[in-house]
Amino acid sequence: MNQSAKQSTAYAQDANTQVDTSSGDAFVKFRYKWIPTHIFGELLSKPWIDNVVPVTILLLVVAFFSATVNNFLLPANVMDGTRQIGELGFVVIGLMFVVVGGGIDLSVGSNFALGNLLALALTNIFGLPVWVVFIAVIFTCSFVGLINGILVGYFKLRAFLTTLVMLIGLRALVDTLLLEYALDISAGYFDDDFWYFIGDGDVLGIPTSVFLLIIVAIAMHIVLSRTKLGWHIMAVGGSRRSAHNAGISLNRTVCLSYVMCGAFAGISAFFYAARLGNGGSYPGVGLEVLALTAVIVGGISLGGGRGSVFKAVIGTMIVQIISLGVVQAGLLSGAGQLVLGLILLAAIGFNVRWVKNRDKVLSRIYMSPTYFALPKAPETSESSGSPYAANDRLGAVEVIGLDQVDGAEDVVFDSHDNLYCGDRRGNIMRFDAPDYKQARVFAHIGGHPLGMAIDSQDRVVVCVGGMGLYRVDQSANVEKLTDETNRSPFAIIDDSRLRLTDDCDIAPDGRIFFSEATIRFDMSTWPSDALESRGSGRIVCYDPKRNTTKTVARNLTFPNGIVTSFNGQSILFAESWACRISRYWFDGPKAGQIERVIENLPGYPDNINRASDGTYWMALMGMRSPALDLALRMPSFRKRMSQEISNDEWLYPNINTGCIVRFSEDGEIIESLWDKAGDNHPMITSMREHKGRLYIGGIFNNRIGSLKIDSEDQNWTGSESYWSKS
Amino acid sequence: MNKFLNGLTQEKIVFLLFVIILVVFSLTLPGFFNAGNLVLLLQGISVLGILGVGLCVVVIGRGIDLSMAATMALSVAWALQLNINGMDLYLALAIGLGAAMLVGLINGVLIAYAEIPPLFATLATGACVYGFGRLVLIHTDLVYVTPSVGNLRFLGQGRILTIPMPVIVFAVIAIIVGLILRYTKFGRFTYAVGDNQETARVTGVSVRHVVLGQYILASSVAFIAGITQAMAVSSMNTRISDSLLIYEVILVVVLGGVGLSGGRGGVRNVIVGTLLIGTFLNGMTIMDVQYTTQNAIKAVILLVAIIADTMVNPRDEQTSQHGDI
Repeated sequence: MNQSAKQSTAYAQDANTQVDTSSGDAFVKFRYKWIPTHIFGELLSKPWIDNVVPVTILLLVVAFFSATVNNFLLPANVMDGTRQIGELGFVVIGLMFVVVGGGIDLSVGSNFALGNLLALALTNIFGLPVWVVFIAVIFTCSFVGLINGILVGYFKLRAFLTTLVMLIGLRALVDTLLLEYALDISAGYFDDDFWYFIGDGDVLGIPTSVFLLIIVAIAMHIVLSRTKLGWHIMAVGGSRRSAHNAGISLNRTVCLSYVMCGAFAGISAFFYAARLGNGGSYPGVGLEVLALTAVIVGGISLGGGRGSVFKAVIGTMIVQIISLGVVQAGLLSGAGQLVLGLILLAAIGFNVRWVKNRDKVLSRIYMSPTYFALPKAPETSESSGSPYAANDRLGAVEVIGLDQVDGAEDVVFDSHDNLYCGDRRGNIMRFDAPDYKQARVFAHIGGHPLGMAIDSQDRVVVCVGGMGLYRVDQSANVEKLTDETNRSPFAIIDDSRLRLTDDCDIAPDGRIFFSEATIRFDMSTWPSDALESRGSGRIVCYDPKRNTTKTVARNLTFPNGIVTSFNGQSILFAESWACRISRYWFDGPKAGQIERVIENLPGYPDNINRASDGTYWMALMGMRSPALDLALRMPSFRKRMSQEISNDEWLYPNINTGCIVRFSEDGEIIESLWDKAGDNHPMITSMREHKGRLYIGGIFNNRIGSLKIDSEDQNWTGSESYWSKS
Repeated sequence: MNKFLNGLTQEKIVFLLFVIILVVFSLTLPGFFNAGNLVLLLQGISVLGILGVGLCVVVIGRGIDLSMAATMALSVAWALQLNINGMDLYLALAIGLGAAMLVGLINGVLIAYAEIPPLFATLATGACVYGFGRLVLIHTDLVYVTPSVGNLRFLGQGRILTIPMPVIVFAVIAIIVGLILRYTKFGRFTYAVGDNQETARVTGVSVRHVVLGQYILASSVAFIAGITQAMAVSSMNTRISDSLLIYEVILVVVLGGVGLSGGRGGVRNVIVGTLLIGTFLNGMTIMDVQYTTQNAIKAVILLVAIIADTMVNPRDEQTSQHGDI
């Protein structure tokens, strides 16, 4: 008994067990059809997922206090509470800039106290106009920030110690001034409508300070995420050395972040002064701890480089609501600190773990195999008599360009018989007619060129893995046609960028249809998609007349080869992991419909191209194996495999031996060409008929194959078949 | 001269500063340089010094403990409260010490096992300790020392050979901690961990246990400092958790030259730093400078010390670790 016969026996037994377990399969099938576990991985890969936890905490906190504290949501309480959120918010946003830049500012509390004192002195004692007071306070507090910034940024002192000294020194200064002026401030009186408006007024029902906070938050979000300064701060916080090497001035950037922090402390103090109107006993004492807690609870990372204004605002709300809630609940002194301390601990513990493990978790759960049952594969053994029966007809293949090309996935001919093929090193190579001896670099694109087509003006249209759809004219000018399409509605991951364009063909009117194998993985991680067998590929149409790109078919299982059919109204496309060929009608009465042409191939189909007699050539890049077919019906097994063993040991489609199949327009298999030795041409991903010969490409090969075939029309060329009929 | 400059460490700078201030004050301030005043000077700084010695262990191990003030205040206040409520003095003290060590243990677990940065872990535990203490254990700001403590008062108010007890406690703690740091395995490992945690780990030091030990030691020292303080002033004010006390302790430690980046310095540095601050405060008090002004001047001096240190020992951008603040 030879090897293949053994295999087929085993396969037959498997087919029996498949019947036996069909009732068990029904449940698995149901579960993987209706519970879309892959969305967890997609959600986790989104940047905004960081905010989910702080927002959840916020909602829980509000719910908790509303449920346990009487009158917590009374309008008056809410109004007063939000006013305080407004004040704290400025400090936290300022501190956020410093923390994102990789520093820390403990002096915000004292700076705040200084600003508060100054505002009160200028109004109550000197009666200066409000706008003068505002400018004076901001200026003074920014100046304190500037001192911090110069010391930390330019003198490279340690931020923690420096701002700590500033905290003590400024506090002493404020206390000294208070001794001097406290009486005058209390005795003074400042009657100004605008001052009252700032302290107690509202805009559209929102307290003035909160209204301004919203505006400032939006502006600062733009500054942090859209401007040079914001990017520099992020970069410096993320990695000082890299930022330095990228030419960013560390000194200036760090310094500016402290100045901003000081300025925001000043704004906050200004509102505080306007609201309370007197020196109070200890304004700003412990404010640095409160603000720092807000920063951390909001999810801003301590080492720097990660953070946003939104996080700062959420953190502020959590901290302020807890403080107010505890006060309103009338708990004993100490409860507020206890709760705040516990929240801080939980938040930072989570923050540390999250930053450390997020990628690890993501890589564990992103891949989500699904149930996929293939029918029993057709026989391929030599004696089986099936159209797929193995033979040695490819054994006589001749070799072109040995060691001159590396990874020619596809080959194509122009109207002057010159041969073009892709090359892994980012080139399109050209072999000149008639002898095809010497390869030369026709054009350098950069990515690995995969499927190709020739248009009516002899331009090479090529899908470049990881880059998109490109076109190269006869003067070797490379032109990007498209690298994005319309984003699918309700898609979680952004699928507007093309990640793995695979093969293309051109309709008679010039529209280019091309396949994208998967939207969930990249070119280097295609085995993951094979293991998932989820159906995350699509067919996209590029219209050169209108320069638009549109997705025409979705949820295909690794769509690969594409050919425009002879009728000019449809394309045939291969779905590799589904082992089938389908037809998509783009014109005519059935426009928009997809119908099956061949179900259940014995291997994984790759490129499809026209044959001279009105039929089609198709490459099978690898043959199915019973083990993998069985595994496809066991998603949890594949999941476990992906998590527990390294990916070079996964059970995934074997693509080292295959064959070429010819089939008719209605899907009947006519013949197949095998190479059992595989000496001259080891693997096959495409083939192109040209003037009585078949030229064969393989994505892992260092050569192109050429085989004499007995076709009726020995002068047939693809270029004529496409473009000369009209 | 160049050689002299190169050999200049922060400890030497601060010590020189101390000597200069001492000389200037002795020459200019009447009543400064006499035995009575100098003893007073030492007495004034001994609690700060004890806390500094405790903190320096943590700082040498590349950590920081912001919860020391809260631990000191609440553990001592609780022990006193238990005693007032009728518990045996020594049992109450043991419980207070145990509570302090428990806080140290929690700090250590959070930092060594949960890998939370020390700055924030101890900031949070400080708040929790104060909050929990005030909410559950003690219901007044101030806990007074009652006569039931008996002879323990001697610890704060007694004298041996005219030297006040707090100074002796400071000296004893400094010697013990100094010996631990210099001669025990734990002490040497503390330096190793502070210098390079990763190297210490691969060399076979059980880093996590060493870190646990540091924080427990610091908390225990804080309890002793608290008892000394309470006996000296006959009360324990829990509000000192909220004050600037802990920042002053950090400054005393850092001023003397214990690097916040770990692995450098020792008890001697803390003593030098404490002496400078003490001399300074004493002189200011004699000159009748206001307390707030003293703080301002103190801050300026500290800033000068930090700047001098940065100039003499510039921060190395290439080897400084990410997240160092």
